[in-house]
Amino acid sequence: MSDIVLAENGRERRIMRRRPIWLSFGLLVPFVFVIVLGVAVWAPQWLSSFDPEAVDPNAILLPPDAGHWFGTDELGRDLFSRVVHGTSQSLTIGIGATLIASIGGIVLGTTAALAPRPISRLLLRIIDILLAFPEMLLALLVIAVLGRGPANTLLAVGLASIAGYARLIRSQVLQIKLSGYVEHAVALGEHPWTIVSRHIVPNAIRPLLILATIGVGSSVLSASALSFLGLGVVPPEAEWGALLANGRNFLDIAPWTSLLPATVVALSVISITLLGRRLQTLLATGDLR
Amino acid sequence: MNIQTSLQNFQTADSAPSPLLAVEGLNVAFQTSQGHVDAVRDLSLQIAPGEILALVGESGSGKSVTARALVGLTGPRSTAKASKIELIAHDGRPLDLLGLSEKAWRHVRGREIGFILQDALVSLDPLRTIGREIAEPILAHRLVPRSLVSQHVAQLLERVGVPEPESRMEQYAHQLSGGLRQRALIASALGGQPRLLIADEPTTALDVSVQKRVLAIFRELAAAGHGILLITHDLAVAAQLADRVAVMQRGRVVETGPARLLLSDPRHDYTRQLLAAVPTTAKRGRRLSAPDVPLPPRQPVRSGERLLEIGNVSMSFRRADGSLLRAVSNVSLHIDRGETLGVVGESGSGKTTLGKIALALQHPDAGEVLFEGRPWSALSERLRRPLRAGMQTISQDPLSSFNPRFTVERIIEQPLLLYGGLGRSQRREKIVELMNLVGLPADLLARRPTALSGGQRQRVSIAQALAATPKLLVCDEPVSALDVTTQAQVLDLLVDLQARFGLSMIFISHDLGVIQHISHRIVVMKHGAIVESGSVKEVFERPQHAYTRELIASVPRFGDT
Repeated sequence: MSDIVLAENGRERRIMRRRPIWLSFGLLVPFVFVIVLGVAVWAPQWLSSFDPEAVDPNAILLPPDAGHWFGTDELGRDLFSRVVHGTSQSLTIGIGATLIASIGGIVLGTTAALAPRPISRLLLRIIDILLAFPEMLLALLVIAVLGRGPANTLLAVGLASIAGYARLIRSQVLQIKLSGYVEHAVALGEHPWTIVSRHIVPNAIRPLLILATIGVGSSVLSASALSFLGLGVVPPEAEWGALLANGRNFLDIAPWTSLLPATVVALSVISITLLGRRLQTLLATGDLR
Repeated sequence: MNIQTSLQNFQTADSAPSPLLAVEGLNVAFQTSQGHVDAVRDLSLQIAPGEILALVGESGSGKSVTARALVGLTGPRSTAKASKIELIAHDGRPLDLLGLSEKAWRHVRGREIGFILQDALVSLDPLRTIGREIAEPILAHRLVPRSLVSQHVAQLLERVGVPEPESRMEQYAHQLSGGLRQRALIASALGGQPRLLIADEPTTALDVSVQKRVLAIFRELAAAGHGILLITHDLAVAAQLADRVAVMQRGRVVETGPARLLLSDPRHDYTRQLLAAVPTTAKRGRRLSAPDVPLPPRQPVRSGERLLEIGNVSMSFRRADGSLLRAVSNVSLHIDRGETLGVVGESGSGKTTLGKIALALQHPDAGEVLFEGRPWSALSERLRRPLRAGMQTISQDPLSSFNPRFTVERIIEQPLLLYGGLGRSQRREKIVELMNLVGLPADLLARRPTALSGGQRQRVSIAQALAATPKLLVCDEPVSALDVTTQAQVLDLLVDLQARFGLSMIFISHDLGVIQHISHRIVVMKHGAIVESGSVKEVFERPQHAYTRELIASVPRFGDT
């Protein structure tokens, strides 16, 4: 009796074996890029032999070539080594600002969800008011009070994005507060503080992890924007935003001075975000797919 | 045995009129990340006009996949093959369902085969009125002129027993009760006037009284000449409704036969095992998972030693529209040491709220709860917290009561950290001991509950409850989400543990069969109030309330040997 195919759904049959996970393009490329970023932070001299501060009057605004991979700026400084040496500062600001925003968001959001009525109402209003302002405006406000400089840039970007994180955490906590396992923990006789610290907060921060990895990228961008406006890191320092701002002046005669650093910023943000998403999947399912 | 089964097959096929649907050698396989899975293997069945064939089996046995294969909806990454699937079409000619194109399938679905899904709320479009939903197949197959459609829809609704069809047609799915929704879904399957109906667990989400009415509708449809394939895990439903029953296990039909004969005198071991696992009145006091192994002698109830007293408790909730819902009204009951009190009632009867009041997770508006003769509901949470170890709970869905980040080990460790005062290695020992006690291997300790089966999860939650060495267990529908054989094992385990530790239990369920099996006394709840109470014997022999009688009628009686 010959079987007749009734319905064959799904893709045509091919060997189902998946490529090893470390070979997949979407994981490998960002991973390598992030490692390169790590090297740029810890040992920038390994990547570039030029001194980022060395002025060379004979090599002003050179286009990219074998020696100067990214060309040179208006003072003849090697752009590639300036980008490499600026990595540390930009990433410190990006990660530091995200940490401030996350921790602030967790504390503020959890309190806003669990505190007694008047306090939670008050905190919620504060969060709402902060959300009404663009983050950049808040960062500018902080800079206006504290003054310029790398540390203040970090603080400004971090403080400005607390409200968004707080809002997310608050809604998570409110949802988890009503969950079966929190009620069950009450029935077991666990102390309210244990319930908050062991059950509510660890589960509430789950979605924060993915938001934070995207946040690192956007904090790098915000810090770059502040430097671009001349309010972040002061120009002679090599920082990505400062490099972009500087390059803008020569966009018509030497476009590489801003385009190439901008590409590096974009690639970093994309790589960190992609890796962050993989990390999120890994944490959620225990599988790296 | 096999010869006999095929003989029965042969006889039924011969005596019945020419079949409406004939399936031979159906195989369905899925490609999953774990590899190739055979969901259905070499399945053959026939349904005559006016016949109801029940395909029964536990979850994962392949019964739903079979139903979906018959309408060409097995989904992505699946392969369905058969040597014959033939349906007698409306024009009386046989229609070959093999190798149909998607376009050709659309003429079959709804027109030749009506498909009724399990959960009416998710199967009905929330944005369309019931009337438009039912009109869909009629319009799609152009059966009735447009002007007559609404009249036709009203007739269909009337046929499935929906009162005031004209006004119901204008309502949305969420505005209807579960029973009406299910009937609207049946009406929508009837719209294309199919001769064959496939119903996948059509009564599973319904309360006993509603289920009875829906089953009656199926009976009428069969009498009107429809052939019906009923997919169910519930042997009681199959017994009440089906003419013939086919039992599926791991993708194969292991036994087929006339319902009455098969369910009273099963041939195959698996069918016997399934039937033995169903709690019926005759099996009270016997082990369900292994009928030959006796249950341990139950410890006597120390009546008069009140463990929990609930006195005149009432509680209301505010509904979304602002009106008050009396969830529990003026309920009084007590549980003695070593006693199991069964609380039975349909959904919305207030039994879960009562359980939460007993656990002091809800505070009653009026009345008081005493635990071990001392105030319980009146205490402040701070004073109650150290006493909570004495009263533990097991819920219907243990997955939702476990912290999703915790492993099995940490879940069971929770109460030990609170009350045990044990060191790390002692705790570990105790956890392994508890796992043993509930019949789980210790190598599951590192797993997360999502990687466990339903029965294993329920055992973990029992182990966790026992870790607190409680005096009272509040079990809220602890076996409702389990297959009948798993349910039997968990019920046996609870009885064993009760005999061993002298626990008291409040056992909440909608299933009187389960309740009568495990309880000493029964309380029947309806609309938040107790309508009947007494020992199992009293309630079964002299039911006072009409609702109790209805519940008793729903307890399956087959397999009482």
